Amino acid sequence: MQRIGVFVCWCGSNIAGTVDVHAVAEALKTEPGVVFSTDYQYMCSQAGQNIIKDAIRDYRLTGVVVCSCSPRMHEVTFRKTASQAGLNPYMVEIANIREQCSWVHKDVPTGTEKAIILGRAAVAKVNLNAPLTPGESLVIKRALVIGGGIAGIQTALDIADAGFPVDIVEKQPTIGGKMAQLDKTFPTLDCAACILTPKMVDAAQNENIRILSYSEVEKVGGFVGNFEVTIRKKARYVKEDICTGCGACVEKCPMKKVPNEFNLGMDNRRAVYIPFAQAVPKVATIDPNYCNMLKNGKCGLCARVCTAGAIDYTQKDELITEKYGAIVVATGYNPISLDKFDEFAYNQSKDVISSLEFERLTNAAGPTAGKLVRPSDGKHPHTIVFVQCVGSRCDACAEKGKEYCSKICCMYTAKHAMLTRDKYPDTEVYVFYIDVRTPGKNFDEFYRRAVEEYGVHYVKGMVGKVSPEGDTLKVQASDLISGKQLHIDADLVVLAAAIEPDASARPLATMLTASMDTNDFFTEAHPKLRPVESPTAGVFLSGACQGPKDIPETVSQAGAAASKVIGLLVKDKLTTNPCVAQSNELMCNGCSSCELVCPYGAITYIDKEFRMPDRSIQIRRVAQVNPAVCQGCGACTVACPSGAMDLNGFKSEQIIAEVDAICR
Amino acid sequence: MNNRQKQEEILRISGVNARKCMKCGKCSATCPAYDEMEYHPHEFVYMVETGDIDRLMASQSLYKCLSCFACVDRCPRGVQPFKLIEAVRLMNIRKQGNNHMTANDIPSILDDDMPQQAIVSAFRKYTK
Repeated sequence: MQRIGVFVCWCGSNIAGTVDVHAVAEALKTEPGVVFSTDYQYMCSQAGQNIIKDAIRDYRLTGVVVCSCSPRMHEVTFRKTASQAGLNPYMVEIANIREQCSWVHKDVPTGTEKAIILGRAAVAKVNLNAPLTPGESLVIKRALVIGGGIAGIQTALDIADAGFPVDIVEKQPTIGGKMAQLDKTFPTLDCAACILTPKMVDAAQNENIRILSYSEVEKVGGFVGNFEVTIRKKARYVKEDICTGCGACVEKCPMKKVPNEFNLGMDNRRAVYIPFAQAVPKVATIDPNYCNMLKNGKCGLCARVCTAGAIDYTQKDELITEKYGAIVVATGYNPISLDKFDEFAYNQSKDVISSLEFERLTNAAGPTAGKLVRPSDGKHPHTIVFVQCVGSRCDACAEKGKEYCSKICCMYTAKHAMLTRDKYPDTEVYVFYIDVRTPGKNFDEFYRRAVEEYGVHYVKGMVGKVSPEGDTLKVQASDLISGKQLHIDADLVVLAAAIEPDASARPLATMLTASMDTNDFFTEAHPKLRPVESPTAGVFLSGACQGPKDIPETVSQAGAAASKVIGLLVKDKLTTNPCVAQSNELMCNGCSSCELVCPYGAITYIDKEFRMPDRSIQIRRVAQVNPAVCQGCGACTVACPSGAMDLNGFKSEQIIAEVDAICR
Repeated sequence: MNNRQKQEEILRISGVNARKCMKCGKCSATCPAYDEMEYHPHEFVYMVETGDIDRLMASQSLYKCLSCFACVDRCPRGVQPFKLIEAVRLMNIRKQGNNHMTANDIPSILDDDMPQQAIVSAFRKYTK
């Protein structure tokens, strides 16, 4: 028989406000096995933990039940407390009477009754608990960063700086991401390329960093400390190690009408291309959708002009399998498609552009060499209208747009407006806003500067429609402060499109078994206290894949993710969770049901010899669990028809005892 | 009917949740009849939300609305300002007396050219 101690936490008024904690402690005293029961204001505090330790010693406790917050919050804390007092940590059970009780109930009698029932169930389970010993697994000292934008680059640099090898997987031919497309960066207006390209070069030259560009993650297996990842290195039809990036092939390629995605289709590139001058790696890539040689075998000009002999039309996709201790997701964002916003005439007029297109139009390396002109006729625009919140802050049920605030648009629009007025003082600039949201160091000052020093017209209201008429854009908008409807003849309209996670994020989340929210942003393990960790152990988050973020914030988060990775990689071994599945070989009938449902591939079948009562030998096929791979999800225990599978720490009899205690 | 009841009645008839409005003004920006109105679509929503009903019911702006649905189509929050305007119009019409129409009246006024929608619409307008 166990000797169980029950410790009821008030959590200040969080629990005690809706649960009569004394009554709970009192009621649980009479449960079978309970020899001690008490309550305290903050059980997780030093003093609270001492109460538990003293009781373990004084009452020779063999089991502990803590009625407190969610086990996700403090199970680890109380297990540590128990083990410090010499008790096996797996003899501690948490009854969650906060999130699942006091916070969801309003009146004390109901809350108290439920808390007692939850406590009773935990006591019933501890009565059947057995001490468990965690195993150990090795940590592979190599990290994988998925995505080579500023988030991925910074994370990789920081991990490499600590001495660990890192691979960056980037699906584009070059690293750099969205930041490489930007002109200037708020709030200090330094040029994006000037601060990004040195980092790209650092990454390329760092001996701890390997850049796998034009590559995508294909398959992820394994677990924290020991992931096995298959990466598809797409054929670029150019030998990466030989190509010098001289550009002779690009110059000679006769296929000149390929929309240039780096300039968002505002100009053309060749079928063989280097995305931009500072690309890393600076290697040409042949686009198989446009290359004549690859499509119909007619051309081969690039191979003839390449003095290095780097062109290889027979190249195939290559699959690389590598082991990693930690994985960082840095898949970034994209502006949403504006196709559904007919009212702004985005698809009707070339002079209605997105903010990212505006960046390219003003970028010295962009399609107009930095000269701000109308895409339709190349003329200088004299009136520009900026529209904020296009597709952001929409109703959840709306067919177009996102429910969240995209966070970066207020600042980059202020930047665009300011830079335009600075360079072209003859241009009138209107910004239509719903709210101007500029929290951040020197951010509001920046926005005020746009208004006060540069004379940008900020109008509180929204644009209702844009109609192209001749070569002007008729903008109809409301000015809510003056109570007027405005009609502006604009030359250029710039839409601050909402941003959304990259489309590759969702399939990747499935591969990583990492969770996502309804908007496809990766979920963090705790919104405040564990912001760069995914709930899946060993998977970390960096940059806009976790939520909309500007560059300063992305870089800080990238560093934070790197430090978490380093903290994992410096360990030689990890303790594994002992709550894993175990099969009873005598009951197993070899049906394979468990193997089929196991999401981690932890179950294999072996042929094993059994000595029968008549001393004959029988060979039977039985399930075997690899405890290092098993994550303890319990799917196999449900699938097993003969009841041979059981989960340590959550044995069927324990679960049934809990249910019985609740129904009593 | 006191003010509170009128407000609730308008919200009930329209099925609109005025609290969803984020005051962006896109409805008024898009409204083709803006200059004809004393109160504009975004003000309609605000007046219903704050319970300023009597002024709204007395306003001629109600009848300037063209029922073009542009505000409904473009509202990013799905507030549907037009439905509120229509509900206020119905309140005025219904205030004028009892039922103007019962189901029994229909056969006598039916004719082949009358769209079915007109009958449904008449029911909405003239039946309490």
